[in-house]
Amino acid sequence: MSKLDKLDKLIPAPLRKPAKPGANGAKGEAPADLKTSPPERKGHSARLADQAKEAPVDALAWVDQRTAASGFLTGMLYRKVPKGTNWFYTLGSATLFAFIVQATTGVFLAMFYTPSTTQAYASISHINNDVFLGAFVHGMHKWGSSVMVILIFLHMGRTFFFGAYKYPRELNWVIGVVLLILTMTMAFTGYLLPFDQRSFWASVVGININGTGPVLGPYLSDFLRAGPELGATTLSRFYAIHMLLLPGAIIALIGAHLYLVVKLGTTAPPWMHAEKPKNAMPARQLDAGVEGNGASPTS
Amino acid sequence: MTDEADKKNGAEAPPREKPKPPGYFEGESMTRRHAFTIAAQGLGGLAGAAIVLPAVGFAVAPIFHRGKERWEAVGPLGDFTADTYRQVVFTETEGIGDAGKTTAYVRRGSKELGEDPKAFIAVSNRCVHLGCPVRFVEAAGNFICPCHGGVYDFQGKRIGGPPVRPLDQFQVRTSAGQVELGPRFSVTSQLEPVRARDPGEFTGGIWEYLYPPRPSTFPPP
Repeated sequence: MSKLDKLDKLIPAPLRKPAKPGANGAKGEAPADLKTSPPERKGHSARLADQAKEAPVDALAWVDQRTAASGFLTGMLYRKVPKGTNWFYTLGSATLFAFIVQATTGVFLAMFYTPSTTQAYASISHINNDVFLGAFVHGMHKWGSSVMVILIFLHMGRTFFFGAYKYPRELNWVIGVVLLILTMTMAFTGYLLPFDQRSFWASVVGININGTGPVLGPYLSDFLRAGPELGATTLSRFYAIHMLLLPGAIIALIGAHLYLVVKLGTTAPPWMHAEKPKNAMPARQLDAGVEGNGASPTS
Repeated sequence: MTDEADKKNGAEAPPREKPKPPGYFEGESMTRRHAFTIAAQGLGGLAGAAIVLPAVGFAVAPIFHRGKERWEAVGPLGDFTADTYRQVVFTETEGIGDAGKTTAYVRRGSKELGEDPKAFIAVSNRCVHLGCPVRFVEAAGNFICPCHGGVYDFQGKRIGGPPVRPLDQFQVRTSAGQVELGPRFSVTSQLEPVRARDPGEFTGGIWEYLYPPRPSTFPPP
């Protein structure tokens, strides 16, 4: 199997270059000139070089043979999108990218951060002032959280105004709303972590807003604070929720969200109209009623 | 596709009996497979609960835990008068350094306001709107919150802005010539003590049920 053939396997049939008739031995006899003058035998080093060139494709083919991933990947990556798909359709991917930035910068911040009430602020100062590019990574995480929330709302607005939440995509809207709530919880729990004056009082206010819910609100406040007052365990609790509980839930739900997007396809923008089939009956004729369609002529 | 012959044959054939599963015996109420399915799912659920329930209990336990009652001396008796407040800072939550400290405004009971002149009153500076720190403004004789404009009178009763009840208070006792502050409690609009509520929660009347007292707080004096 030549390298080109293997590459061809990764490209779906409609996009594949048709084989040249006669050449490459595709569905026919070998070209006449090959019979009369066979190609020169390559030297040892040339053959090694050829093998080296094929190595990446061989590796991919090895994986593909064992996972059959190429079928799934080509189906997902080369899926058809409706006419009229435009830049507004990229807001979901943009949100996903913002999440990936948050996850990545968050992992590196966690390498220097100490979730302890007496050391949290000092560790953040250390990140901002001493660590190489620390202020940059912290800044990406801090501003990135706002970017993610803004992008989610823009994505939600696109979905709403394009009517993309309607049948059969309601469940994906519901998953999206849960993702929105989880992201807001993420922003809320992350706010406390620097443990400066702003963090502290913002969390006090935020927890008290949660507490104003009737009957269950007061208990929710106690749950969030791990006690009647904001204390040492509040910080570790928020830290655990922020970087262990919620990221896992968000990743799982993003998976479900994307699965449904691929499964159901995207919608055309509302200003696009379906093309009429070529042999469609003229509207006038339909209105008047024609023989055999069950409608009675009005005149 | 069924044709006439098929229908006829089907109608004439005796009703086909369902093959008996392995291990079938006369009079059984449940197949072996069904019994095993129920048993496996039950045991799986039991194993799952054994892991999940302790973890959830671990997370929600603080709701039902009440810390140790804590009293702290904030100054000699003579420091406090009936006509104005004295600001004191003491530790309300231990173990988190400065973040666990809170501010109280302490004075003696005022005869003009119908209070016991021997008693001490310690008003919390935590705004009952959303928990910002209020300040006693001497010139106005009011507590004023910087966040959303809540205003309270000299006794801590709300006179303006979004707060939902009077300012919280701390229990006060005297010991060895010192004024000591203890657990927090909330008050109704008539200044009757009730169990401590979080900011934003009404007190008194039906609100005692809509915002039930939390097990993590201390009984009122």
